Order: sequence, then C-alpha cells, then structure tokens
Amino acid sequence: MNKKDIGLLILIVVVGAVVATINPRFLLPINLANTSNLIGLFGILSIGQAFVIITGGIELSVGSLIALLGVLFIDLIANHGMAWPLAFMLILVLGGLIGLAHGWLITRLKLQPFVVTLCGLLIYRGIARFYTADGTAGFAFGQNFPTLEFLTAGRTYGIPNSFIALLIIMGVTWVVLHRSVFGRYLYAIGKNEEAARYSGIRTGRMVMAAYVICGVLTALSAIYFAMYTRSISPASHGNFYELYAIAAAVLGGFSLRGGEGSIVGVILGTILLQELQNLVNLLGIPSSLNFAVMGGVILIGVLVDQQWDVFRAKRRLNKAAHSTPSN
Amino acid sequence: MTGNGFTATGGVNRAESTPGTIDTSSDARHQAAFLSLHDVRKTYPGVVALDGFSIEIRPGEVIGLVGENGAGKSTLMKILGGVAAPDRGLIRIDGVDHDRLTVENSLQSGIAFVHQELNLFENLDVAANIFLGREPLRGGPLKLVDRAKLREMVLPLLKRVGANFTADTPVSELSLAQQQMVEIAKALSIKARLVILDEPTSSLPLAETEKLLGVIKGLKAEGISVIFISHRLHEVESVADRVIVLRDGMLAGTLASDAINHDQMVKLMIGRALKARTNTSEREAGAVALSAKGIRTAAYPHRTVDLDVLHGEILGLAGLVGSGRTEFARVVFGIDRSLGGELYLDGKHVLLSSSADAVATGIFLVPEDRKLAGILLDFAIAQNISLPNLSAHSANLIISAASENTTAEAQKSNLGIKAPSVKTRVGTLSGGNQQKVVLAKWLAMKPRIMIFDEPTRGIDIGAKAEIYRLMQALADTGVAVLMISSDMEEVIGVSDRVAVMHEGQISGILAKDQLDQENVLLLAVGKSAR
Repeated sequence: MNKKDIGLLILIVVVGAVVATINPRFLLPINLANTSNLIGLFGILSIGQAFVIITGGIELSVGSLIALLGVLFIDLIANHGMAWPLAFMLILVLGGLIGLAHGWLITRLKLQPFVVTLCGLLIYRGIARFYTADGTAGFAFGQNFPTLEFLTAGRTYGIPNSFIALLIIMGVTWVVLHRSVFGRYLYAIGKNEEAARYSGIRTGRMVMAAYVICGVLTALSAIYFAMYTRSISPASHGNFYELYAIAAAVLGGFSLRGGEGSIVGVILGTILLQELQNLVNLLGIPSSLNFAVMGGVILIGVLVDQQWDVFRAKRRLNKAAHSTPSN
Repeated sequence: MTGNGFTATGGVNRAESTPGTIDTSSDARHQAAFLSLHDVRKTYPGVVALDGFSIEIRPGEVIGLVGENGAGKSTLMKILGGVAAPDRGLIRIDGVDHDRLTVENSLQSGIAFVHQELNLFENLDVAANIFLGREPLRGGPLKLVDRAKLREMVLPLLKRVGANFTADTPVSELSLAQQQMVEIAKALSIKARLVILDEPTSSLPLAETEKLLGVIKGLKAEGISVIFISHRLHEVESVADRVIVLRDGMLAGTLASDAINHDQMVKLMIGRALKARTNTSEREAGAVALSAKGIRTAAYPHRTVDLDVLHGEILGLAGLVGSGRTEFARVVFGIDRSLGGELYLDGKHVLLSSSADAVATGIFLVPEDRKLAGILLDFAIAQNISLPNLSAHSANLIISAASENTTAEAQKSNLGIKAPSVKTRVGTLSGGNQQKVVLAKWLAMKPRIMIFDEPTRGIDIGAKAEIYRLMQALADTGVAVLMISSDMEEVIGVSDRVAVMHEGQISGILAKDQLDQENVLLLAVGKSAR
C-alpha cells in the first residue's frame, strides 16, 4: 500500500463514520452485506478495466458486454437447457475472444482503443437488444440453479459470495500485476511502449493479453450481475458500468496515460464509489443526484491529489534551493 | 527585451569600421550589408558552440554554410532566430546594434527559417498554412476568415516560388519539395529579407532538388538573401556566391565565388590535424558475425545495404544525418521489418520479426534517443537492467527482486554507475549514467552483436571515455560491435574499420590504414576515397 492508497482508505473510513453517525443503519449487517455484494460485482469488472488502463488503453464496451453476455447466459441455461457450468465457461471464453478482437484491432491494425471500444459499446448493446427483441431475459417461474445461485448470489457466514470471489480475484491479479513478469511488462509498456519494445518485449501481444483479461473478468461479472438481477432488460442493464470502472481506477490512482496504478487502489476506488451510492440512499439525498455526487467526489479527489503533488514538488524545489549555497 | 542594447549608429559607414570583421573586400562592390554579426561567442555548459564569429550579409547574396555536425551551424541559426542569446558580440541590423535578438526582433527584421524538419500543419491546406494566425478577416462579430482575400494574397506568393500546386491543396498531399516551397512562400509572406534554409535538400530526390535550387536563384534575383546550409557540397557549389566554413565553433574560412570548389570546402571543414587514434588495440578480428545482404529500409526503399560485421571488431558506421544508418540498425534489431534482403548470423540465415527475436539471438541495440527508447525514466535502475532478461530473474513467472538487485549491483559497480542505490529512479540520473544503465541492461546478458547508435550523444567527457573503454572490452571478448556515430573524432578514434553510408548505401569501407577524416567525409558526401 502506498501513501495514496492509505489516503483513500482514510477517506473511506471518514465518510463511513460520518454516514454511520447520521444514519446508524449504515452499519446494519444487511446493509453491509448488500454493499459488499455490489463492491464484489463492480470490483471484478474494475480490475479488468485496470489491466487495460495500465497499458494506456481504455475499454468502453464493458457495460454493453455485461448486458449482451448476461442475456446470452440466461438464455442458454433458462431456455436452451444447457448445463450451467458449460454455459459459464462458454461465456468466459466469449468474453475473452471479444477482448482478443479488441486487442487485435488496437495493436495490429493500430486503431485507437477509444474508437474500437466505443464501437463495441454500440454494437454489443444493439445485438443484446436485437437478441431479445428488446424484451426482458429472465428465468421461468420455479426455475432454480441452487449451486450457481449459491456461488453467485449466496452468502457464506453472512458474507456475499460475490465479495469472496472478488477477494480471490484480487489476490490472483495482485500477484499477476505486481509480482509477475507479465505485470512488469504491462507497466513498462504503459510507461514507455517504445522503450519496452527496444528491450525486446513483444508489446503487441502483451497489450492484447490485457484486453483478453479485461474481457474474461467482464464476462465473469456479467454472470454475477445476471444472477443478481435475475432478469435483464438489455436496453438499460449495465448502462454506464464502464464509467464506474474507469472512475474506480482513476480514484484509485491510475493514470489514463498508463503505467500507474495498483490493484489495491482500484479496489479502494470501487469501495468508495459504492459507499457514496449507499450514502445517497441512506442520507435521503434524492437518488436522481446519484451521479452528481459521484462526479463531484471524483473531481475533488483528483484535484486534491494533483494539488498535493504540485505542493510536494514545490517543497522539494524550495528545499533544494535552500541546501545549495548561493553566492 | 534587449532594452539598452539598442544603439543607433547612423546609416552610413556601418560595418566597415568594426574590428573583427572578415576581409570581404572582393564583395565590397555589392550593396552594403543589412545584417552582420561581430565577434559572437556562445557557450553551453562544457562546450564552446561558437566563438569569435563574424559575418556580413548583403541583399541578394546566397551564402553557403558548411561544416561537420557540431561545428556550430545550429547555434548560429538559433542566435539569428532569437532563440539563443550570445554570451558576447554584436548583432547589427540596418545599423542598429543588438546584444541579442528576440524572436520578435528576428521576425521584424525579415529573417525567415526553413527548417530541415518542416513545421507545416498537414491537416490544413497551403493557404491556411502560409497565413496561419494572420488570416485576413471579414468584418462582423464572428471574425470569419475572408477566404477570397486569403486566396488573393497567397497566389502571388506561390507564383514567386514557382509552385505547381494550388492554394487549396492539403499539405499532406504535397511532396517534400513542394512542402518546402510552402515554407519558402511563408517566409516571403512576412517580407523576408533573409531566408535561412537548413539542409533543405537532405531528403529530396534529385529532380526536386533542382527545382529547389531554382527557387533559391529566384529569391536572389528579387534581392532576398539566402543562407543555404547543406552537407551536399556540389549543391552548395552550384548555388552559393560565397561559402562560409565553420569548424569547432570557429570560422574556418570564407571562399569567394571563384574559389568555391569541393576540395577547398572539405579541406577547410577538416582543418585540424588528425587526432591520434585512441583505439590502439592489437586484437585480431575473427569470422563474420553479422552479414547483411541486400537489406532495404523504408528510408531508401530502392537502395540496398550490404555489410559484414566481424567478431572482435568495432565497425564504425559513419555518414551524414539522414543517410539511413539508424533505419538499418532498426532492421537488424528487429524493430522494423526490412523491405527486402537477408541477415545472416554466424553464417546462418535469421528471420527477425520483432526485437524480441533479436534479443533472443543476442543482437542488442543501444538506441540513439535514450529517453524515448533506451530507458524507462520512472523505473528503478534494477528494473531497467532486468527488463529484457526477466526470465532469468524469475521462477514460475514470478520476479525475484533479490535476483534483480544482485545483477544490478554487479553492473552498477562494473560500469561505475553513480547513484545512491539500484532502487534509484533512472530519471534522476545524469545523461552519462543513464546511458550506462542502457549498456548495463545488455551487458548483463550475453551479447553477440552490439549496436550502438550515437552512443555518446549529450554525455560528458568522463562518461564518454568510460563507454569507449567498455566498447573496446566488448570487442576484446569477441563481440561484434557496430557503432553508428556522427562524431568524426569518435568514428576515427574508436573504430577498427569504418563503413560509410551515403543516401541509403554503403559508399565505402575504410580499413585501419585508410582511416582519416578526409576519406570519411568524401565517402559521406558520395565521392570516392583517395
């Protein structure tokens, strides 16, 4: 954990304390469980986004993918009678393939990540709506998948299993990003792709792999979201989720230029965002203001962070000026 | 602003009385100079870039300015452009003395530049580029551009430069020579009296070069002065009224029109006595390590490079900037695909589809632009050094920081990298130490071929000597070293053999006993060695 992470953690605790004092219901187990469930769902897709942002890219199609893959998953197990583990794997593979396609367009055909994934955002949303004829995908009455439901929407000792899934994914991706050769390559590429290439790194493949990871994690969270809502109207399901993920990363200290950020940071960012959502609900702030509150906090957070850097740089300069003898 | 620097000296009897002026009596029959420099000196930390330099420029005069890389040409340009302030000396324009010029002074005095790298906006059309920021406006609150008037203003300018394109052509559709014409038209649009062309022909094919030389003659006929900077001596010969030769920041000599010839220019450019070779090694070169056969690069798609580098030698690759040396190195290192030809490593054909392939076969490159391609400024020394060789520092794909640090410590003391620790960010180091980190990265592995692209650019003398020592040590152990350098002293002093490139081809290879500056220079400008 670096200083920025600790600052963010303090902010989360302070906001939590304030909300808890005003409305003690914040600390009720049911509220904490609900919030941590949402943290789990959004955390998984935010980690995916983090891999892409590290390379200096961006993935805007996440929300639409959540809708499309969710619709497909429910349709496969509810209407086509496919065994859910098979459907589960199929959806993950599909997510990975879509990530691969994005990565290929970006690294081989040199298209801009923003453009490629913006097109994805439109295309997948359109396909999802077409697939259900703009209807709602859901389970028939009495249709049950006990194991699947337990794994995705169930709880263990009161802790939502989605949150536990996040913790496991966090652990794995932390090792991958912060300790593995691949992670080091991603940071190097994000910092200076040219220098990485001149060090003999196959930069194209690495970037593609980052998009594949993002695709797989998005697919996983798509299944979680589908099982959480249990019915999906593809016109609105997952709307703006890519922005939640990007916001979590930015709050957590990622630079959109690439090469900066950590798994702990993006998770803390996710927690803060969900805490703010919760705050809006508990403090009786009109829910229509939801986005405005989030936007405001992110803006202030980034501003404080940036001003803090400027302040430190100035202080360092002053120190240097004082320590050199002037004659 | 210069403030007190302005001293009116009256309109008559201007430059002639000033001490330090070069004797240009043979040109005195022309009009008086409108611009002159007197005894100008400019230093940068550790370097005297220009010293005791004086020049007079008369209307309608074409001055050729030649000199090796680093002779002081660009410093002179910066002073005239108002970008750099001289430490000493005087700049006199129309009888007004300045200590230094500001960019505004320079513009108002009618000094215009056409840089080697063109500064045009490719997304805009010709007319918009010429009058960018000075567009004629229609009245009214919206301040719309008066396109008709703009066209009207641009047409005569294009006619003067003999343009064969229209004002509404997007610049991206123009050839390089045409783009240069746009730049010249832009210069004319600010009523330039002096146009400075920096290596305008270095990237032009022959036919386009002729066109450009024609435009220069046109300017001269209009009474506009031109300073023509070029490495292509025969072009200077054909167009200049007077040639000024710079060497090591000093005026090496002036050639009047009847004295301008190729040999004279080369003689003045070299001038000094040859420095003794610093490479006194007696090692014997071994077998061919790297053999390039018919390699074609994007810089000169129709030329081929054939070159052998031997084990245990330092092969200098000399040539002018833009002769295609870096592009060749990028192909050998797998960064760019070659357009044709083959590479052989120890006699075996190799296909390099990426730098990863090159690194895997033991071909390493120390790039020209350190900060852009050599190192990661935000990474620690140890992380930079381990980057190409992480598989050796990891078990089951997990990096061992201890292993990284051990290797880095060893390289740090081996190369004498001055830093508090191997965890120090490379961005905080001096240029010389950064370059050593780039070297350390490769030395920690097993190089078979080491390519250095301008290895000592921008680093201090101490670090330079260190890097030369390392290169010799590499060659002593049988590594094939290819050193691209534009520093003549370095090429002569460090290499065992020197290959010279000219416009995308090897124009000659000089063995130890033929190795002198004149031969290198002759080959570099496309003549044959003596």
